[in-house]
Amino acid sequence: MPKLTVDGIEVEVPAGATVLQACEAAGKEIPRFCYHERLSIAGNCRMCLVEVKPGPPKPQASCALPAADGQEIQTMSPMVKKAREGVMEFLLINHPLDCPICDQGGECDLQDQSVAYGRGQSRFHENKRAVTEKYMGPIVKTVMTRCIQCTRCVRFAEEVAGVEEIGAIGRGENMQITSYLEKAITSELSGNVVDLCPVGALTSKPYAFEARPWELKKTPAIDVMDAVGTNIRLDSRGRQVLRALPRINDDVNEEWASDKTRHAVDGLVRSRLDKPFVRKNGRLVAASWDEAFAAIRAANAGASAAAIAGDLVDAETMFAAKALVRAMGSTMLEGRQTGLAYDVSSLSAVNFNTTIAGIETADAILILGSNVRWEAPLVNTRIRKAVKRGARVWAIGPEVDLTYKVTWLGNDLSLLGDLPKELVEAFGKAQRPALIVGGAALKPEGAQAASLGLIDTLGLIRDGWNGYNVLHFSAARMAGLMLGYAQAGGIADIVAQAPRLVFFLAADEVDFSRFEQSFKVYVGHHGDAGAAAADVVLPGAAYTEKSGTWVNLEGRVQRGERAVFAPGDAREDWTIFRALADVLGLTLGFDTFEQLRAAMAREVPALGQLGLADIAWQRPSLSGPAPTGPIGAAIKDFYLTNAICRASPTMQRCSAEILHGETFLEAAE
Amino acid sequence: MLSRGVHPLMAEAAHIPDEAETRARWGGFAWTAENADRAKVVIARYPAGRQHSAILPLLDLAQRQVGAETQTQGWLPVPVIEYVAAQLDMPYIRAFEVATFYTMFNLAPVGRYHVQVCGTTPCMLRGSDDVLDACYKKGLKKGHTTPDGLFTLTEVECLGACANAPMVQINDDNYEDLTFDSTTALLEALARGETPKPGPQIARQTSCPEGGPTSLAEMVDANVDYRSRW
Repeated sequence: MPKLTVDGIEVEVPAGATVLQACEAAGKEIPRFCYHERLSIAGNCRMCLVEVKPGPPKPQASCALPAADGQEIQTMSPMVKKAREGVMEFLLINHPLDCPICDQGGECDLQDQSVAYGRGQSRFHENKRAVTEKYMGPIVKTVMTRCIQCTRCVRFAEEVAGVEEIGAIGRGENMQITSYLEKAITSELSGNVVDLCPVGALTSKPYAFEARPWELKKTPAIDVMDAVGTNIRLDSRGRQVLRALPRINDDVNEEWASDKTRHAVDGLVRSRLDKPFVRKNGRLVAASWDEAFAAIRAANAGASAAAIAGDLVDAETMFAAKALVRAMGSTMLEGRQTGLAYDVSSLSAVNFNTTIAGIETADAILILGSNVRWEAPLVNTRIRKAVKRGARVWAIGPEVDLTYKVTWLGNDLSLLGDLPKELVEAFGKAQRPALIVGGAALKPEGAQAASLGLIDTLGLIRDGWNGYNVLHFSAARMAGLMLGYAQAGGIADIVAQAPRLVFFLAADEVDFSRFEQSFKVYVGHHGDAGAAAADVVLPGAAYTEKSGTWVNLEGRVQRGERAVFAPGDAREDWTIFRALADVLGLTLGFDTFEQLRAAMAREVPALGQLGLADIAWQRPSLSGPAPTGPIGAAIKDFYLTNAICRASPTMQRCSAEILHGETFLEAAE
Repeated sequence: MLSRGVHPLMAEAAHIPDEAETRARWGGFAWTAENADRAKVVIARYPAGRQHSAILPLLDLAQRQVGAETQTQGWLPVPVIEYVAAQLDMPYIRAFEVATFYTMFNLAPVGRYHVQVCGTTPCMLRGSDDVLDACYKKGLKKGHTTPDGLFTLTEVECLGACANAPMVQINDDNYEDLTFDSTTALLEALARGETPKPGPQIARQTSCPEGGPTSLAEMVDANVDYRSRW
């Protein structure tokens, strides 16, 4: 534990800390461009110079200098200031003076730091260097003349995203950052390089020239594109969300977000349901709320009602729908819209028990039927971290590139009964062995029981360690299971009971042909498959347009706030069910959002408390035939998994270009 | 203020062939039997798991093989870089970075003789402009190959032979102590297919002083104890 002084302030930092970290511990701000907490140290921008005693009588780069006992650091001495001003002057030599047309303006590290360390005028009269733009795909826009070669993007691609496709070519003044042969970066995390870029060299292509940061309203929210529950900040102006950025949460997403999280938001202003529709003579006709409610009352369902929740809905919506269905006298609720019917008698057995942050510390991992990279990109980065620390990974399922070394055992569930000796031995020796069961692996009969059986075979549960993980994909799943959105036989149970009235809560992945006899009410925000099949469409709010509670795949209860209002006549979903209850002459037990939350917390206490829900381990006793046969893929197209991203032009383009290899001509600027 | 135009280095950059064309021509690149053995030897120099270190010698070997196939000094088409990277289990971009970093790797085709004229200060002071003029007179142009495919001219930075400035590197040999005339003679000899003697083009042994030793001259023939004279 070295003790040192920074500007006369004594600090003690952990062994291995750098001088820069020690300065931060002392509350001193050190300017930097290349240094980033979550990336390796490069030490090439030279902005973080400080004066260190004892040491050579010259400023030193604090980011790459280990803190040592007895050091005296000066961060504000004349030498330091002069040195940083010199570095800044060199950086600005080749940096264009185009802040007024640069998207980074207002949130630019170089701009901010040049206020502190820049000279008023330029002394440089030679030609400035110009660099041609590099194509990096549909997400990242480049203006490479602005690049200061900090190599954060290169390090991110290599270390975090695991796709070594960005590099620095050439040397000296001719060094240029580029993607390999200027092809689109094939990473689902490529948008993060935009945040990492300290200047305007890499900016967001879909957001280009949309807004200035100071005119945006910033709202904390939770992402619903997958079950990770990425903490996001929604930047909106007027009635439109212009971008989604990650918030730092070391337990969940660190400070990353997938491209889908960031860029599906442009789907929120397309294909929206902004007024109710009622099916008349086979066609959906725009109607008023009264007409729509009257049509539902006319269905005269009595107690024969059901609710099927989609992947994106919040707990409040599901609770309101549940309250209505219950008031009608029914308990038919289901959230696994594609027909999964795994056992949910113990919530802990369908939970990600190691936690997202915990999987980093696992030393042996078996992935069963999950393309983690697509189903939960930010869990995949954690597994990648574990692999870098020395964990070994095996997988059963369709072979995919997970960005780290995986021993693929094959795609046959019968392997579960006949695991290779090497794997069993490695798990036996492991301190923290983990199993990750994907949604696709829960589908075949007996697979869930067999996966639970691995707890014994592989010794997944130890003192203080539970390595049995189920990886959900749907943001609504865990909250839905807590609220009882699960029938023993899955959606088939509801089909068998042939309810007269079915509410579809933004559920678009259902096989609607099985509900031909039912009166279908779609409560959702996008005109997708669900609305097309419905008899009555009630326009609801998307995740950006309502405050809501979501539970991520590790059982973490998180809340997002409303950033903008829903378009047109659309309403927040819970108010729709509350109003419909009045029309049907029923009482739900709440009149305000606060009352709803209180009622929900009474019923499911975990949903009333933010943070990791206390889900005690309880092993269900399941039995079934030994599973055989291949495991399918849970997701066919990463970029088009729900109604919002299907409506998003950015996601459609990503899908076409990155997954299907189509090429697009760039418009000449 | 100077006029702002195209950066001089950009105008001199050699033309890199179209990617589709390159892939069609070089997509099937593979080591010759002899080079495959050499590659194995090179890789074996490094510990297991550190085979990335072999990238420099292997790229050089590949460039020479391309040269042998095209009767030139060789270059590194993208598929060839990828072939080498794949052999070392290395991401393409990492190999590409190496290939673009070192000026000894040619990213565009060159002629049979790659004339690299040093233009750094010592050579410039000793007359590298004359050397370049001689090249220009023979029809060579920076960044271009002569129409007969014989010469490619590149101006390079210091090649470390300052004692013999000015100098050029042609293929693997240095030609030193050049003048306008000796450079012209050198190029003409090469064009005739001769192999001029590398090294100083004047009466001088390697980088020893011109016209014989200027210090410790008495020691040329026998050992002399100078100490009494100090």
